[in-house]
Amino acid sequence: MFLTFLTFLPLVGAILLTLLPRDEEGAIKQTALAFAVADFVLSIFLWTNFDSTTHEMQFEYSVPWISSWGISYHVGLDGISLLLYIMTTFLTMISIIASWGITKNIREYMMSFLALSTGMLGVFISLDMFLFYFFWEFQLVPMYIIIGVWGGPRRVYAAVKFFLYTAVGSLVMLVAIIWIYIAIEEQTGVATTDIIFITENLELPLAPQKWLFLAFFLAFAIKVPMFPFHTWLPDAHVEAPTAGSVILAGVLLKMGTYGFLRFNLPLFPHASYEFMPMIAWLSIIGIVYGALVSLVQEDLKKLVAYSSVSHLGFVMIGIFALNHYGIQGALIQNINHGISTGALFLLVGMIYDRRHTREIKEFGGLAKVMPKYTVCFMIIALSSIGLPGMNGFVGEFLILLGVFQNSGMWAACATSGVIFAACYILWMFQRVMFQKLDNPKNENLPDMNTRELITVVPLIILVFWIGIYPKPFLKTFDASVEHLLIKVNPDNFRPGNPGSSHSTHAKLIKIEDMARLNQQQNGIKP
Amino acid sequence: MEPIPAPAIDLISLAPVLVLSVFGMMVLVTDLFIGKDKSILVFISLTGLLMAAVSSLAKYNLPVFSFNGAYVVDHLSVFFTFIFCISSALAILVSVDFNKREGIKVGEYYSLILFCTVGMVLLASSTDMIMIFLGIEVVSISLYILAGIQRKSTKSNEAALKYFLLGAFATGFLLYGMTLIYGSTGSTKLTIIANVISENKILSEPLMLMGVVLLIIGFGFKVAAVPFHMWAPDVYQGAPTPVTAFMAVGPKAATLAAFYRVMSETMPDLSYSWEILLCVVSVLSMFIGNLGAIMQSNIKRLLAFSSVAHVGYLIIAIIAKNSLSSSSLMFYMLSYAFMVFGTFGIVILLGRKGEENLELENYSGLAYKHPVIALTMTIFLLSLGGLPPLAGFVAKFFIFSAALKEGYIILVIIAVLNSAISFYYYLKVIVFMYMKEPVKEFHISLTPMTLLVIAISAFGTIQLGIFPDPIIALAQAN
Repeated sequence: MFLTFLTFLPLVGAILLTLLPRDEEGAIKQTALAFAVADFVLSIFLWTNFDSTTHEMQFEYSVPWISSWGISYHVGLDGISLLLYIMTTFLTMISIIASWGITKNIREYMMSFLALSTGMLGVFISLDMFLFYFFWEFQLVPMYIIIGVWGGPRRVYAAVKFFLYTAVGSLVMLVAIIWIYIAIEEQTGVATTDIIFITENLELPLAPQKWLFLAFFLAFAIKVPMFPFHTWLPDAHVEAPTAGSVILAGVLLKMGTYGFLRFNLPLFPHASYEFMPMIAWLSIIGIVYGALVSLVQEDLKKLVAYSSVSHLGFVMIGIFALNHYGIQGALIQNINHGISTGALFLLVGMIYDRRHTREIKEFGGLAKVMPKYTVCFMIIALSSIGLPGMNGFVGEFLILLGVFQNSGMWAACATSGVIFAACYILWMFQRVMFQKLDNPKNENLPDMNTRELITVVPLIILVFWIGIYPKPFLKTFDASVEHLLIKVNPDNFRPGNPGSSHSTHAKLIKIEDMARLNQQQNGIKP
Repeated sequence: MEPIPAPAIDLISLAPVLVLSVFGMMVLVTDLFIGKDKSILVFISLTGLLMAAVSSLAKYNLPVFSFNGAYVVDHLSVFFTFIFCISSALAILVSVDFNKREGIKVGEYYSLILFCTVGMVLLASSTDMIMIFLGIEVVSISLYILAGIQRKSTKSNEAALKYFLLGAFATGFLLYGMTLIYGSTGSTKLTIIANVISENKILSEPLMLMGVVLLIIGFGFKVAAVPFHMWAPDVYQGAPTPVTAFMAVGPKAATLAAFYRVMSETMPDLSYSWEILLCVVSVLSMFIGNLGAIMQSNIKRLLAFSSVAHVGYLIIAIIAKNSLSSSSLMFYMLSYAFMVFGTFGIVILLGRKGEENLELENYSGLAYKHPVIALTMTIFLLSLGGLPPLAGFVAKFFIFSAALKEGYIILVIIAVLNSAISFYYYLKVIVFMYMKEPVKEFHISLTPMTLLVIAISAFGTIQLGIFPDPIIALAQAN
């Protein structure tokens, strides 16, 4: 019930805002902020009360909803969703502070943000496929409005593209959801869309697993976005208002990676295993391609947007390493990307507010006029590269460790992305902050004010916290990752030894090993 | 000589039809004695519809047959009667202010809507092809007149004439098809035809198949499915807006109910012949409807094409022919009624005398002048597109489940991709409302009856989207 309260609190705020008169801008902003802060502060209690020794769902709440179809309102959190949930409330709060300067239709803006927050939170807590889809589509509308109304010059194009891309993917996922709904009824006699029940009871042969995997894959890969489906992202990011970009990068993209962990892996373990190479290569292409394209961008925001493609490639390859390190790294990298890229978008937004341009060549030598800004930017840039001692390092290291267990080749290719990241970030940093201050328009730029510092400093604290002492974060998803790995362990679906292993160790069996094992069992000599 | 035995008639089960006919005539007669003010007629017709709805809910053991098995009151027909009463009531309510504004002062208007409702109830309850024909004619003739009720407007006249000519043509097809089926099975009764088919005693298979094809053409015309949809955009555009909304819901629902009875209930064993045809019709309707709607700049034409696309989705339920088909049809039509009346209600609200404001450009910046109206319009449009948490989503979920249960995966994938296409033009309207600057002043007079319709529709759309359980349980009751 507490979880439901937290999830719908922002929506209540949005509804209350309609009661305020349109021109009371101060009151509107304060009310919105109050709701966001309350939501964040209360969500901290989830973390403190969270039992990280179990993979079971916690704070669970379930009531029948559409009982004729066996659909219930079932929510809960486990290690995989807990931190994403808190990050959502956190970034919503930061975004609302960062939007203080919005003047156009501030009430509608704040309402959209709060409604968006409820939609996103709902996605992370849903334990019913119908409910999940419900929230998954619900958050589209406020984001569409945010990009389309408060965005840049090509905002309508970007907003419609964002909406349609996501809609196509999710509608295909809807077909898969209905398919599973019918299959589970045929198999168990229970008509339900409950994720936990389905995860435990669905038994599918490889062929339908593959199709269903691809249907879910399309929805989540568009959201992440993985390489061939990423083209909506730069448009959406460039046109969205600053806070919209922060939420987009920080939370919306994570819904895709979360979907993989909640649906694809546990529901279709065999197919996940089969598609591992494909996804690994797509991720590698995404990592390298995203980095190379970032290198040549002249628009700061586009650069950060493409770097997201690269970073999310890391997360994806980590998930599909299908071992403990990889998934743990991916989960922490999810958080890291939200922090670092969110902060980068905030910082880019700040100079855009001052200069109304984001062209790199318009800047240079900002370090002299904006020292505080430069320091913040430096820290965030380094964290984005993955400097040891900062958050990015922890995530990338764990991911590469996991990937290396599968294939040295993949790890080597993925690592190149880290090097490219250093190139595009540092080169951009050099061109913007150092060099000569030759553009007279830049001479009198004011440094960061208190409000701007308030938005960035918490993120910087997190950068170091996760970088130096990641244990509190890693600990939360340990048990859940272990449980997930039992599910995707090839021992459970390989022919010959059904369900024999409850090994919690995440080592994957190589194809050759399997062949040898089969030969031994069947008495054929190699 | 033996006297011809009179067929058994259950008057209670016929009550909705009788009530509606009596009230329809009462409206006609009362119209003679009152002056210019027609509001009493509105009151009488609404009372009639309410009584019909109540009488349809009279509890007895379903199904009840009358007229020698030509007329049945079963779960399907009761639910559809309910939908017809709601949609006709909404149509009358939404007409009140519109008629005042546009100077439509004829009392027949209301009685025609009631008579049309009688036809719809007949259509949804008939188990005999003659009765189906009767129902279709009652519905169509009322609609021909309603479409042309704005006598001074050329557009309205054009719509009526076009609708009449093409409709008459379609009726011909329908009748011809019925004749051929009668010839090859020896009966017009659906139950007997079903027996003949299942016992494989068809006299002439080619004639039978030809009959089925002609039936599909006839029904296709009546529900405006591609490739028989050409009349829809012009008629929808030309007819008075409340009539357009009325046409898009009630008659369409009634025809689909009859279509369902003839195809899925009577000829499931012949499905090898008609299934593929209906699949083609459904896929074409979705694609042409949605792609056509993208091109439109007039909101009524846009909605006409969108309704063609919706027929495409609905035909999927007929193709699925399982236990979920009929209940999904019922649920879909009910939610569709709310969405359509809501949208058209707002279209009516935006117009004023001599200036209908039907171009999409007229919606520019609506959100800043009238945020609540823009928000409700957004709700209706997104629901038409099938976005949760709105009624349209649950309805689509229902139909897709019915089809997937029978394994029509490709068809459902085509349908969902079409939903994605449809978002493009529904969003286009939203883009105009939220993301463009107003081009001219809005002169919106918030007329109470139209607002009432919009409020009811919005409530229905949201209620059926968030708490659909009672209605789903009702639809699946048998």
